[in-house]
Amino acid sequence: MVYAHSFWPLAAVMLPLLATVPIMLSGRSPNLRESWTLLAGGGMFAIVASMLPAVLAGGGFVLTLAEVVPGVPIQLRVDALGMFFALVASFLWIFTSVYSIGYMRALEEHDQTRYFASFAVAIAATIGVAFSANLLTLYLFYEILSLSTYPLVTHEQNAEARASGRKYLTYILGTSIGLVLPAMLIVYHLTGTLDFTHGGILAGKASPGTLSLLLLLFVLGFAKAGVMPFHGWLPAAMVAPTPVSSFLHGVAVVKVGVFSILRVVFDIFGPDLLRSLDLGVALTYFVSITILFASLVALTQDNLKRRLAYSTIGQLSYMILGAGMVSAAGMTGGVLHIAMHAFGKITLFFCAGAIYVASHKKYISEMDGLGRQMPITYVAFFLGSLSIIGMPPLGGFLSKWNLLVGAVQSQQMVLVAVLLGSSLLNAAYFFPIVYRGFFAPAPAGGAASGIREAPLFCLLPLSVTALCSLLLFFYPSVFLQLVQRALFP
Amino acid sequence: MQGIIAEIVAKYNYWIYVVLMMIGFYAMIGKRNLVKKLIGLNIFQTAIILFYVSTGVKRGGGIPIVDKHAALTHGIDPATVVNPLPHVLMLTAIVVGVSVTGVALAVLLRVYREYGTLEEDEILEKIGK
Amino acid sequence: MTTSNLHLYILAAPLLGAFAVNLLGRLSRRWVAPLTLGVLGYATIAALVVLARVLRDGTISYTIGNWRPPFGIELVIDPLGALMLLLISAVALTATFSSLTSIERELPGREHLFFTMYLLLIAGLTGLALTGDAFNLYVLLEITSITTYGLIAMGRGRAPLASFNYIIMGSIGACFYLLGVGYLYLLTGSLNMADIANILHGLQETAALATAFAFIMVGLWVKMAFFPLHSWLPNAYSLAPSGASVMIAPLMTKVTVFLMIRVMFSIFSPEYEFIQHAGVQSLIVWVAALAIVCASALALAQRDLKRMLTYIIVAEVGYMVGGVWLANSQGMTGAILHIVNDALMTLCLFLAAAAIAYRTGSLGFDSLQGLYRRMPITMAAFTIGAFSMIGVPPTAGFFSKWYLILGGIEANQWGYVAALLFSSLVNAVLFFRIIEIAYFRTGEVGHGHDHGHAAVRVEEAPLMMLAPLVLAALALIAVGFGSGPLVSGVIRLAVPGGF
Repeated sequence: MVYAHSFWPLAAVMLPLLATVPIMLSGRSPNLRESWTLLAGGGMFAIVASMLPAVLAGGGFVLTLAEVVPGVPIQLRVDALGMFFALVASFLWIFTSVYSIGYMRALEEHDQTRYFASFAVAIAATIGVAFSANLLTLYLFYEILSLSTYPLVTHEQNAEARASGRKYLTYILGTSIGLVLPAMLIVYHLTGTLDFTHGGILAGKASPGTLSLLLLLFVLGFAKAGVMPFHGWLPAAMVAPTPVSSFLHGVAVVKVGVFSILRVVFDIFGPDLLRSLDLGVALTYFVSITILFASLVALTQDNLKRRLAYSTIGQLSYMILGAGMVSAAGMTGGVLHIAMHAFGKITLFFCAGAIYVASHKKYISEMDGLGRQMPITYVAFFLGSLSIIGMPPLGGFLSKWNLLVGAVQSQQMVLVAVLLGSSLLNAAYFFPIVYRGFFAPAPAGGAASGIREAPLFCLLPLSVTALCSLLLFFYPSVFLQLVQRALFP
Repeated sequence: MQGIIAEIVAKYNYWIYVVLMMIGFYAMIGKRNLVKKLIGLNIFQTAIILFYVSTGVKRGGGIPIVDKHAALTHGIDPATVVNPLPHVLMLTAIVVGVSVTGVALAVLLRVYREYGTLEEDEILEKIGK
Repeated sequence: MTTSNLHLYILAAPLLGAFAVNLLGRLSRRWVAPLTLGVLGYATIAALVVLARVLRDGTISYTIGNWRPPFGIELVIDPLGALMLLLISAVALTATFSSLTSIERELPGREHLFFTMYLLLIAGLTGLALTGDAFNLYVLLEITSITTYGLIAMGRGRAPLASFNYIIMGSIGACFYLLGVGYLYLLTGSLNMADIANILHGLQETAALATAFAFIMVGLWVKMAFFPLHSWLPNAYSLAPSGASVMIAPLMTKVTVFLMIRVMFSIFSPEYEFIQHAGVQSLIVWVAALAIVCASALALAQRDLKRMLTYIIVAEVGYMVGGVWLANSQGMTGAILHIVNDALMTLCLFLAAAAIAYRTGSLGFDSLQGLYRRMPITMAAFTIGAFSMIGVPPTAGFFSKWYLILGGIEANQWGYVAALLFSSLVNAVLFFRIIEIAYFRTGEVGHGHDHGHAAVRVEEAPLMMLAPLVLAALALIAVGFGSGPLVSGVIRLAVPGGF
């Protein structure tokens, strides 16, 4: 792997970070402020995309910022896995920004400057995680992400939002400081380095018991991945404005958690080590519980966003399941699902937000017949849910198919059952929403009649992301190539 | 029993310092009046000063002030003179002790002006209100 | 031996400055600020030069008045001492900008008296970093303590009482130290640190030596507020005038920790402390862990910002004592790095508290509501200080925790590691409580009341108080990023040999 020294990784991270200053300064002129956000988003995606050809060709970029601890510098590195995640995140941020603008203006929300500034820092931290070259840098950006999303979760500032914010921090900071930090230090103590190396760095360094404990600490410690029992912050964080939920808790924050776990599994432990210790299998069984349980709870939720939250918890564990299978198809499916789920879930959240903006409805039971009045939204919702369930011709089919093949290949019939069962459950909690939206009679009361489609600012992003989910089925090559390069260089 | 008494008698001065220190310590902790605490502190410091000074004592030694001319021509036999270094150190320590006492008394003046009393429990009552 | 007198001038400057401030300050109030700042600025620059010299040439030793050691008093400046010199001068200079402004309001007409004691305190601290003589250390320790007693007593309300309590406890500590040095003198006949170390090297292990060590240690622990000998600190530091606490809180306890390191490694030796008495070493690490946990728990119960910060100081002392007593180089590096980092963090937080007290007059949690609108820069700097206390990279606090936890893992002291993690989490709770109140709790219920927003003007603290605060916050990030060079360039040299 030849990594060229370059400033582009730093530029990608710093651009939104620096944009925070003009955003905060233009608080008085909303249009100017919004344009900074959009400029930063577009610029960052451009930078990330510009590095794509080199990565696809087998190379990458690296930049060392400071050697803060002997053997562990703060270092950015663009390799295939990082590029994959960064591409998804930076692309979707542009649409989230557009959606945010529409949403916040339609509801005349307060403190928009703080909102957009925190958003910018959060996306910078997300890209920072994607481009981290070692565990310390990843931890650094992980913490910055936690802290910058706190104001977003607590945005409403009422008692419920403050309580959710506290819960959010308790889960996220508590696990990262209490579990990840000691685990990271133990790894450093054992190996003297924290660099992400293909094949892992821990082989032969400690007893199986210690290694199992370390893996457990990491999986539970990166609580942003929503592995039970540290999943409680996700439903609580739904009090945040929907753009926050859609992007951060449907795409960035939770994907950062999963990405961190995958990095640790692939580049600190290494598939071979997991296979030899049977830890991969243990991991898959452990997260299967989350998958099934989350899907079951999702069935019981009437609040649309909470149902989506539990769906997310389940889907995240799919990705970890794939990694734990340590078979080629399984790992491919797991990593690919990061992208597919991101596009699908963000569509669903955008729709939920659009429904709220247009009709102020939050509960599924109130949404009968709404599909006839908001057809575009509901069609997009339908496409997004198909992708999540894993039906062709949506992108989600590719990742779920790979997961199934991987499970069959590793002869884990239990996992096959889990995958099929949870897909059925996914259908069970998504289809009724669409069905009732289109076919059920509207609830009594005249309030339903005045509802029209959501404003264009909201409608456009959700349509685009729904279309992308469709397109990804037919043109997955960029993502597939990146995943292949990442797993099998 | 004989041995222990012999020990105590032989080192009687050290035992006195220990007793003095304990008295001072008790006064600092156990007494309720702030001035008595301060006096306890002084007793404690005095005990340590005495301890130091006693380390320099020699049997039959005299005061370490000698005639300069005699010292320069004949030299000094250390056995005839008490070790002056601890004395000097303790002069410093006494100065430190006096400074602390001075500051403490000034502080107590302020306390008295504020609360009208120097009894700790009365002051705590006034604060508690 | 060296012929340059520069390091003595670092001590002499604040000393003479104190007298100048007192005399000239009586003539006109306007002399106080330029004199104080000038003297401290000179000291900082000189400290920087001395540090560069020491790093280049090695340890400097200097005899005062040309009386040669072991009979004369010797100043020894090794890399650790030079680092402390720079830390003391820089922190004092930064804090002075804030002090000058707040003392104007808190003690009108008596600034010259305040700053006399202030400068004497700094002179004492500087001397402590320089001295190579055990008894000289006692004298300087008492100089710093006496001036601190006086500075604290200048506060309002209960401050004199808190100061008196501190006098009693602090003097007990100093007397214990003196007693310990007396024992050492009895055993070795010398007071010069290097000389004592040499003589002890060849000496048999005796109960007297153990007693000497125990007395000196306990004495220093009282002075640095090592739990459970900490009871004087919360009252004393929280009731002191703002202008005093911004300088005392970051420095006093850290310099005392430095003294403990000095005693442990320049007078006694690692073999004596760690190998011959391994049980004691483990015990002290456990006590340190207990100190961290209890102090953090006590901090949770506080309703006033400054008192909460003082309990956090007690916990941080536990970090450092535990780190030193871990008996490995990672722990030692962590402890020394934490001296630097904690001084900066405490400086930042106390400066923020002083700014808030200046503008709003109260530091109770309830009066902090919605503070970020009125004082955004102050709260931003406070937030950075808070992140450093919690241990969020890339602020400085994370890196000293890194080394301390690593040292704990290496030494198999899992209780200490758990205590450190617990304390980080408790700090997160403590500070996010305040951040939540200041940022997200507005006086009204719900949001969107525009008149509330328009009516709140930005009323930041004056520039003289804001500038050092921003500087301290930026320093936290800079020192964090620069941890690598700091550790490898300076601290590794400062870790006493034998590890």
